[in-house]
Amino acid sequence: MSLLEIRNLHVTVGENEILKGIDLTVNAGEVHSIMGPNGSGKSTLAQVLARRDAYHVTEGSILFEGKDLLEMKPEEAACEGLFLAFQYPVEIPGIGNTYFLRSALNAQRKHRGLDEMDAMDFLPLFREKLKLLEMDDKLMNRSLNEGFSGGEKKRNEILQMAVLEPKLAILDETDSGLDIDALRIVAAGVNSLRSPERAMVVVTHYQRLLNYIVPDFVHVLVDGRIVRSGGKDLALELEEKGYGWTEHDTRQPVGARA
Amino acid sequence: MSTDMNVVHELASRDYEWGFVTDIEEDRIPKGLSEDVIRLISAKKKEPEFMLEWRLNAYRYWASQEKADAEPKWANVQFPPINYQGITYYSAPKQKKQLTSLDELDPEILRTYEKLGIPLAEQKLLANVAVDAVFDSVSVATTFKAKLAEAGVIFCSFSEAVLKHPELVKKYLGSVVPHTDNFYAALNAAVFSDGSFVYVPKGVRCPMELSTYFRINAAETGQFERTLIVAEEGAYVSYLEGCTAPMRDENQLHAAVVELVALDNAQIRYSTVQNWYPGDKNGKGGIYNFVTKRGKCLGRNSKISWTQVETGSAITWKYPSCILQGDNSVGEFYSVALTNNYQQADTGTKMIHLGKNTKSTIVSKGISAGHGQNTYRGMVKIMKGATGARNYTQCDSLLIGDKCGAHTFPYIEVKNASARMEHEAATSKIGEDQLFYLQQRGLKTEDAVSMIVNGFCKQVFKELPMEFAVEAQKLLAVSLEGSVG
Ligand SMILES: Nc1ncnc2c1ncn2[C@@H]1O[C@H](COP(=O)(O)OP(=O)(O)O)[C@@H](O)[C@H]1O
Ligand SMILES: [Mg+2]
Repeated sequence: MSLLEIRNLHVTVGENEILKGIDLTVNAGEVHSIMGPNGSGKSTLAQVLARRDAYHVTEGSILFEGKDLLEMKPEEAACEGLFLAFQYPVEIPGIGNTYFLRSALNAQRKHRGLDEMDAMDFLPLFREKLKLLEMDDKLMNRSLNEGFSGGEKKRNEILQMAVLEPKLAILDETDSGLDIDALRIVAAGVNSLRSPERAMVVVTHYQRLLNYIVPDFVHVLVDGRIVRSGGKDLALELEEKGYGWTEHDTRQPVGARA
Repeated sequence: MSTDMNVVHELASRDYEWGFVTDIEEDRIPKGLSEDVIRLISAKKKEPEFMLEWRLNAYRYWASQEKADAEPKWANVQFPPINYQGITYYSAPKQKKQLTSLDELDPEILRTYEKLGIPLAEQKLLANVAVDAVFDSVSVATTFKAKLAEAGVIFCSFSEAVLKHPELVKKYLGSVVPHTDNFYAALNAAVFSDGSFVYVPKGVRCPMELSTYFRINAAETGQFERTLIVAEEGAYVSYLEGCTAPMRDENQLHAAVVELVALDNAQIRYSTVQNWYPGDKNGKGGIYNFVTKRGKCLGRNSKISWTQVETGSAITWKYPSCILQGDNSVGEFYSVALTNNYQQADTGTKMIHLGKNTKSTIVSKGISAGHGQNTYRGMVKIMKGATGARNYTQCDSLLIGDKCGAHTFPYIEVKNASARMEHEAATSKIGEDQLFYLQQRGLKTEDAVSMIVNGFCKQVFKELPMEFAVEAQKLLAVSLEGSVG
């Protein structure tokens, strides 16, 4: 059974159809990259997978470990092991980063029938992940993402992912707003989480990130359709020729190998 | 509209946990209000002559006000006229004789407080909190009296203070809130039945938190308690009140008065966790909480802080205030007011700056959910002599759903040009994006909402004594439960 199976997915926002029939299969252990121009629907796909409500699925199906993802609430999908690193992480005043993350972890552990972790047990784990992402402890005493720079927010997303250890991580433009050092750190964090049990879908606008996080598959999303799929070389080809090049091909989208 | 937000919309709150009725024998007087009733109350309490005179004076003033239809109507709340002759003004649990120890207290009453999570047996108490328990019209027990007496602190029921410390009562009663202050204050002065009295002598730091738990039990009665706290030079005291009532279809009137007096270098912290029965989901029943609370910073460098968490009552009408008379005195007001379902709250503060270099801080956090209406009403007055006065006001509103409302009425009056005033205000809605973010990490909608709400209130919670901060957080969570189901 595949970890994620998207079949003929159509999604509208308000009046507009944004995704126009997506097919995608992701197996455990794989890293897929979804590339495409701005406005092509990458974030829409990511948010639908995370079960955001503003997006209406009009046709198609999504199975996550064989279960109907479209039946799940966002928190259920999260507890089942689906994680979204947001393109624009929100700020929430008054909620401490550490407290928040421990609460989230415990909500997920509870769902899986595990004991909750108290602050003492949590701290060493948390410290280790902070170190992995070369993040300052002090940042963690602040409110959730409040006053964080763009780069710090993105790093915080990956920190959360490292603590929550999801089965499927969707990274939405985690590279945007990062300088090259931060990019390297974030990529190292992501790579350390690669494992045969875990899959990742890395959404990006630029090929740059894929030098650090090398994908097994690359899909090109244009105007709500996957117009081309291939191996990691496809990203390089894209970089060279631009997205315009793929648009000639929209008649015959190629699905990912299952 | 997304389901997340739908969820936020359905504000069917969970049942009020504290709504049970205790079955005990009551000693109650007939309904209605007259000079005879005042005399009866005073006689029941075996009060000295001066108290009766004081009450009658207040009653005559109130009666003239009632005749003139002078019940305040300016607050942003709505309710049908109150029939003051339909209320019972005195109801007390029947006690066979004067209590000498807690063991003699009616076990039903003891059980009531235990059910409320307020054990009165001293060995079971939180180590450092002394409790006065007021049941309907009278104080039924005060704990740790002996230990407090060692430090010279007087902590007893108001009735006892009238009998045992009449000079202190005479000196301070009505000195901060005179009976002419307002309609409800006049009513309270006429009929008040009990409450707490605290006196901390010169230079004494009260060795423990003091607290009073008010419980309305009897039907068709009003509760009119009166609290007076005096901190002499250099004294310090932290006081907390909590309150609950059974669920009843009728509206019950609670009109309390609290007076605080701080002399030179004295400090009083007064915290309230107000959890009167708020009425049901459709707005039936609930307490009318019409309360006058005021502190006077009489001495130099004195400080009075009000911290309140208001989650209960059908209607709240309450403005804990500070008169900053002594030079360099400090007044603070930290408030969280939550209205859910059909609750209405019109609350805020008054800071009256009289002395030089006086300073006041106002932090108000209003949360509205369901059809709740939440009004902040605040006045900052800088008088002529208050050179170098400063005020900081922050008032924030958080809306949950779109059927509720938040309103702010800040009044500012400055008569001294050296005053420095800062005002910040913000209204926000619990954002769908914030909720989604927390849910995406695995938190249930309800937990996500309560996390956001607690975050919003953090500035106020940190002013509460530790144990009560935890209690307040839980209370908010319960009060909002179902608002997102
Ligand atoms: N919440 C929304 N409301 C209205 N339009 C939206 C919303 N989200 C996305 N869209 C539209 O859907 C299209 C795809 O957006 P998005 O998925 O964010 O693209 P990408 O992430 O590839 O840049 C855009 O035309 C965008 O304007
Ligand atoms: Mg995007």
